[in-house]
Amino acid sequence: MSTFLTARRLRGVITGTAVAALVLGTAACGGTTRDDAAADDSSGSGSSASANPDAEIPSGLKIAFLPKQLNNPYFSVADGGGKKAVDALKGDYSEVGPTEASASSQVSYINTLTQQGADVIVTSANDPNAICSALDQARSGGAKVVTFDSDTDPKCRDLFINQATAEGIAHTQIDEMAKQIGGAGKVAILSATANATNQNAWIDLMKSYAGEKYPQLEIVATVYGDDEDEKSFQETQGLLSKYPDLKGIISPTTVGISAAARYLSGSSYKGKVALTGLGTPNQMREYVKDGTVTSFALWNPADLGYLAAYAGAALSAGQITGAEGEKFSAGDLGEYTVGKDGQIVLGDPTVFTAQNIDQFDF
Amino acid sequence: MALDTTPGPVAGNATPPPARGPRGFTLPTGSVITTFLVLFLLIASFSVDGFASTRNSGFLLLDVVVIALIALPLTLIVVTGEIDLSVASVVGLSSAVMGKLWFAGLSLQLIIPLCLLLGAVLGAVNGLLVTKLGLPSLAVTIGSLALYRGLAFVVLGDQAVADFPRSWTTWAISSYGGSGIPHAVVPLLVLVAVTAVVLHATPVGRALFAMGNSEDAARFSGIDVARTKLWLFVAAGVVSALGGVFWTLRYGSARADNATGLELQVVAAILLGGVSIFGGSGGLLGVMAGALLLASVRNALQLVNVPSDVLNIVTGALLIVAVVGPQVTARLRRRTRPRSAPA
Repeated sequence: MSTFLTARRLRGVITGTAVAALVLGTAACGGTTRDDAAADDSSGSGSSASANPDAEIPSGLKIAFLPKQLNNPYFSVADGGGKKAVDALKGDYSEVGPTEASASSQVSYINTLTQQGADVIVTSANDPNAICSALDQARSGGAKVVTFDSDTDPKCRDLFINQATAEGIAHTQIDEMAKQIGGAGKVAILSATANATNQNAWIDLMKSYAGEKYPQLEIVATVYGDDEDEKSFQETQGLLSKYPDLKGIISPTTVGISAAARYLSGSSYKGKVALTGLGTPNQMREYVKDGTVTSFALWNPADLGYLAAYAGAALSAGQITGAEGEKFSAGDLGEYTVGKDGQIVLGDPTVFTAQNIDQFDF
Repeated sequence: MALDTTPGPVAGNATPPPARGPRGFTLPTGSVITTFLVLFLLIASFSVDGFASTRNSGFLLLDVVVIALIALPLTLIVVTGEIDLSVASVVGLSSAVMGKLWFAGLSLQLIIPLCLLLGAVLGAVNGLLVTKLGLPSLAVTIGSLALYRGLAFVVLGDQAVADFPRSWTTWAISSYGGSGIPHAVVPLLVLVAVTAVVLHATPVGRALFAMGNSEDAARFSGIDVARTKLWLFVAAGVVSALGGVFWTLRYGSARADNATGLELQVVAAILLGGVSIFGGSGGLLGVMAGALLLASVRNALQLVNVPSDVLNIVTGALLIVAVVGPQVTARLRRRTRPRSAPA
């Protein structure tokens, strides 16, 4: 009566299940380690086709924008720029994407675009690898893939539109901060997600550049607001209570900087703790005008989306293949040249201050 | 429940207690959702361009595999009246550990059993806290949801390990021939069959329902409730870890934040499938149909370019209807019946 069949049977079933799972996992082959994997990893694409610079861009190209997440003001503006270009090219524009910026959430959208037969997919990757195999499937289905803002593994896309060189972005933000705090003091970084490709690259460069050029400027912490307004707001609050002598905050993400500015402007730290980073003029206008923020930087995301759409159309039409040195025309932005590893650099970031901010509307 | 026209169930209904009788674990709720799924698939195949293609069905099934997999042990847990919300964090932690060990040079054939073992330990921690200390599983697993995710970040930090062998990652996303049935579906079906037999055709399964209906009654009839529950949590841990291994290979990227929020999709599939969140009733057929329905609705709406915010609203509303619907009908029935007698 005391030991009913349950426990023993259940254990048997569970062991059976676990064994089945084990067999399943082990079935493929014997002893695969990281060392043999390199040999297994043959190169992905290899553009064998040759470019025809005079090819016409056909009308009706299906060009889809897949940002890191929807309802993020930065990507809304970038995609808006893309729409302008697609309209100018008489293409068929669409914007799809997940509501949360997670690595895997983009995959099902790429799959959908593959199924719909998109000609060009313009995307910004939440994870450089997680969307790779989905992009491979899209490309074998005939789509051209252009990444912008955050790149994937170069094997998985045709072109990457780089907003500015990482050095340019990192140096601008450190220089602006140093200017505001006199080159010395404790500074913290409020980033996006802990995995964000470009933010992490910039942060590394910021640290090494600050170490060389401003030895008195000490970066004491990096916190992550996950590109969520509320979390960024709370992280700002946390930084200021943890480091009472903090001189400044650098937030290399548009969601982070506006949340931090909102916190600072309503607190006693307003005007005492410097804030700079990457933000959009429309988000930051009131904080620049009320004195919370002296300066911040950004490239024009609308131009970024615009250039990405033109590059995608040029690829799809066969004007370019993604090889270094090829040239194409990007409408109002003029002519661009494909750089090394299929990269195209948009240009230098713009610094916004009280003097020039009213000239920009995005 | 809507088909209560046969004499048998009506006679059964005449007994006053509102508690679910043995009728609770027959198929009705499961078959309603299954019918709904079949109807939806038919409608979508005819009206949504590309929905029925083999490529799309492959994409769709890949999205369901991990959810359906984890739903298996979690259904058993919910049937006993407990819950495990830490499953997605176990996925994340096993993914992170897998990446870390792979980076350290171990072979996948060694890493995978280690990850499953880790899952067993994580599940056992949940199970022991619930059974030995008598803590509510909701509280325990909300805690371990945060704890295990935190450990995942301790293991891998903000890094991603992505150089898994292409032969494995390709296996994880490709299908049998050109069939649109991903490789992982067959082992999944085996596990579904095993779980379905255990739940619906063995004394163990009946014991689980008995525990969900009344733990005391189950205990008095000789069921070792604590031990059974402990093993269920262990099973959930192992299966979630297996889910983590598959997730990592499917996306080719081991990261600490993998599968964040997946527990809600699994619980959604289970509730949509007609399993009572209070325990004691439900069926595996319904749960599988629920998982497929949620994924199919998302997939079809994506194909017709419905924006993702609207998608969330639709799936959320679907869930509320599925959970509230049976409650409302049950309440209406209860209200109309006993009142006629005393008053």
